[in-house]
Amino acid sequence: MTKSLNDTFNIAGKEYNSRLIVGTGKYKDFEETKLAVEASGAEIVTVAVRRVNVTDPNQPMLVDYLDPKKYTYLPNTAGCFTADDAVRTLRLAREAGGWNLVKLEVLGDQKTLYPNMVETLQAAEVLLKEGFEVMVYCSDDPIMAQRLEDMGCCAIMPLGAPIGSGLGIQNPVQIRLIVEQAKVPVLVDAGVGTASDAAVAMEIGCDGVLMNTAIADAKNPILMARAMKLAVEAGRAAYFSGRMPKKMYADPSSPLAGLI
Amino acid sequence: MIEVTINGDIHKTEAGQNLAQLLEGLQLDPLKVAVERNLEIVPKTTYQNVTVENGDRLEIVHFIGGGK
Repeated sequence: MTKSLNDTFNIAGKEYNSRLIVGTGKYKDFEETKLAVEASGAEIVTVAVRRVNVTDPNQPMLVDYLDPKKYTYLPNTAGCFTADDAVRTLRLAREAGGWNLVKLEVLGDQKTLYPNMVETLQAAEVLLKEGFEVMVYCSDDPIMAQRLEDMGCCAIMPLGAPIGSGLGIQNPVQIRLIVEQAKVPVLVDAGVGTASDAAVAMEIGCDGVLMNTAIADAKNPILMARAMKLAVEAGRAAYFSGRMPKKMYADPSSPLAGLI
Repeated sequence: MIEVTINGDIHKTEAGQNLAQLLEGLQLDPLKVAVERNLEIVPKTTYQNVTVENGDRLEIVHFIGGGK
């Protein structure tokens, strides 16, 4: 456990204690968003970039509830289906926030929200050239993951199951292959439904987990946020502990000597 | 008066305003938004120097709750 106590998480040169990144969408209101983020212990939150409501500028804003000085805002390109749209969105995000760390996500299909890797590669190339630090949502293909890492992306984030599906980690073999080869952090970035799913991702050796719906769509999001925090910590500790080998048959844990 | 498109909607506004004045007129905090003018990002530091022209297409965005 000593090791995990000092086990900080480094993204683009900044250290974090929490390995859980949470989205800020789908909550009932900003108050619930704030409480859930606090309960999750997350230090990085994903945010969307959208048009301001010009006709009602005094609506509450996310920044009034989650202080950008306290949390690292990770602007993402959710909803973008082309490289051009994603790049445009993140250029605006950089100007709005003033930081270079972004999450690139270019979707390919409405039904599956599967990443379009051709567009993702194109967008990553432009963004990296412009000095962005790119965390990238990607397919679970180790070849693609390696390519993105070689280009200079600062975190590789394959899906564990379709976005918002809550199906859990459907591809542990592919995720493990990506984890084994990567020299930058690998995070599961979609598919977690409940705490055990997050623990599974961490036990495989992922550096972190990113989620939104699993917390926001729980009946009690704030309690689920806490469950996710614990699951990520538990999974990380279990990964370092070196689990016992699986056996085909029983093996008693009380000594057989001295039986009456 | 000039016509500018802001976030897809046409707005009539006074001629000769700079971007800082336009944002103020819209009651938007320049620190919380980013502006794209005719597909080019306008750096925050230059809002005072950019005059809004007739026919400009402006996108004004901010961060909202969002996940994936």
